Amino acid sequence: MVHERVMEKLAILADAAKYDVSCSSALSKRENKDKGLGNAKGYGICHAFTEDGRCVSLLKILLTNHCIFDCAYCVSRKSNDIKRAAFTVDEVVDLTIGFYRRNYIEGLFLSSGIFDNPDYTMERLVRIAKKLRLEQNFNGYIHLKAIPGASDELLKEAGIYADRLSVNVEMPTEQSLKLLAPDKNHIDVIKPMQYLKNEITGYKEEKKLNYKAPLFAPAGQSTQMVIGATKESDLEILGMADYFYQQMNMKRVYYSGYVPISDDNRLPAIGTPVPVIRENRLYQADWLIRYYGFNVNEIVGFNQPNLDLDIDPKLGWALRNLHQFPVDINTADLELIKRIPGIGYLSAKKIVAARKFKKLFPQDLQKLGIAYTRAKYFLAFATPFQMQKDLTSIQIRDHILNTQKSKYKNDFSNQLALF
Amino acid sequence: MTQVIYDGTYEGWLTALFEIYEYKLADVVFAKDTDSGSLLFSDKHFITTDATKANRVLSGLQQRLSAEGISNIYSAFLSELNQIDEIMFQFARHVFSSPINIEEDFSNNAVWEVRKASRLTRKESHRMEAFVRFKLTKDELYYAIIEPECDVLPLIEKHFKSRYADQRWLIYDAKRKYGIYYDLDHLSTVELQFNADSNSSKFLAEICDENEELFQDLWRNYFRSVNIESRKNTKLHLQHMPKRYWKHLTEKIPDLKKR
Repeated sequence: MVHERVMEKLAILADAAKYDVSCSSALSKRENKDKGLGNAKGYGICHAFTEDGRCVSLLKILLTNHCIFDCAYCVSRKSNDIKRAAFTVDEVVDLTIGFYRRNYIEGLFLSSGIFDNPDYTMERLVRIAKKLRLEQNFNGYIHLKAIPGASDELLKEAGIYADRLSVNVEMPTEQSLKLLAPDKNHIDVIKPMQYLKNEITGYKEEKKLNYKAPLFAPAGQSTQMVIGATKESDLEILGMADYFYQQMNMKRVYYSGYVPISDDNRLPAIGTPVPVIRENRLYQADWLIRYYGFNVNEIVGFNQPNLDLDIDPKLGWALRNLHQFPVDINTADLELIKRIPGIGYLSAKKIVAARKFKKLFPQDLQKLGIAYTRAKYFLAFATPFQMQKDLTSIQIRDHILNTQKSKYKNDFSNQLALF
Repeated sequence: MTQVIYDGTYEGWLTALFEIYEYKLADVVFAKDTDSGSLLFSDKHFITTDATKANRVLSGLQQRLSAEGISNIYSAFLSELNQIDEIMFQFARHVFSSPINIEEDFSNNAVWEVRKASRLTRKESHRMEAFVRFKLTKDELYYAIIEPECDVLPLIEKHFKSRYADQRWLIYDAKRKYGIYYDLDHLSTVELQFNADSNSSKFLAEICDENEELFQDLWRNYFRSVNIESRKNTKLHLQHMPKRYWKHLTEKIPDLKKR
């Protein structure tokens, strides 16, 4: 049973795990089996939101923050003078079940510092997942960290019990990894990704032929890159992300704005603001690549290796490609409508559905919840009620920046000045 | 002008629709029999909820709308928004007068308002799937109290039944004074009075399982520990977790020792 002493461990090991930003519980459909406990929905559920506005969906903890590695960007690095703690297998199981039964969480996200050696660490993680599934008949979501260097057999077992596995690449380039994590090799990170990709694909194929075939990491794999700790450009970061999406079939790549935690002179000093806006722009670009049919080259290139912090990447693309506009939303393809600034994925679908009934006018768009003040520069209507002047991209940019209220203005105004 | 007075249930509303067509009532306004005020200069038409009539209207709608369209009307009804019954009536009229399915005719006002109302209910029912906080009693009942704006219990019961199949649970809507109870086999609707302040120390000691307070403290501790102070963003926090829900959110209630 869970005791008071777990309290301090939980504080230490949740705090150490929080820099891993993934908290997704989506994309896995795991049914409740034999009237057991829990299920995983296809959609994620955020059970709470921290004061920094991030979703809390899973019990995200480290098994231990003891670590034999000394990665400069990591709060649990060997040389850091911090309190260390370790959960027992049963403690993690009891916490997970106790939280889950109270509807606090969707499941467990378990990671760990590397103690002794990778296999020893991975074996503990797997044992917890196995115990939850087999002894507790737990069908909620489990995300396990795949420890670089762990054996294929252990990774395979992990995939049998977990919904998602992740290996964090952490640094966008090999060079930075060498600089900040001398104990780690790029290849140690890529190898398990490759292995998991093949296994996931294999099991999926088998499942198609035989619906009784076991699940293997049904929510796929993900990874994370730390942003702003090293000097990489957005071109390098998004290029790496694109590689993971294309070559590794990653479900998600997470971008984690570096939170200064060390006086190491290889890293930004303590007190340097977290690059929240840049992180947000990277996520927007990531979405454009995954859901809007954009190619990474359309968003960043050698001419503009970094995303514009003032405007979102879709608007940036549109301003560089004014020759593609204006678009007539009453006739254009869905794919083209999705590319209009101010019109999102769902709005584009609404437009295509609604225009079957009657021709749409600006007032209809406003009603449908479209950011018309932004979109209007890129729209054409067959019967113009007001002719749009020909504006240059710089004029449009200024107009939009002057009329829109940035959601960051209040919370991060002091940081804006620093960028 | 005719005031159509029904019992406030979905079946009642469907019956009302039937009778509006049957009696060719024009210029109707809806009222629930629980409402106090009534219009002075209007005819009154009282509806007696009738399953046969309700089903006829429902199957008429089913022939003209997709399954999603049907569940959208029901969700819109559960939003309990002011005059949503009237807007739904306008929507239904549009449905019955069109030769084709009009549920995506978003530039039509009634279609749009019904969609908005149904999304409001869905959003809150998704929130309640997230924000229900069960407490464990001595007799192994997991119970939770909620006070949602929309009547979401009918929409979330399936979710909780399929998830918590091996524990007895009760979710009680304190605003509407009814709950759903799962007894390891069946779901049932229960009406009861919850008077005790379930967050008080006395309540915890008398009713709750001996480990309940510890788990609540662990959860609060966890919630505090995962926050990153240097990323504080109150606006975003409040947008996702509006204050009106805090009363029943364990992590937003200070623990007993600090009160």
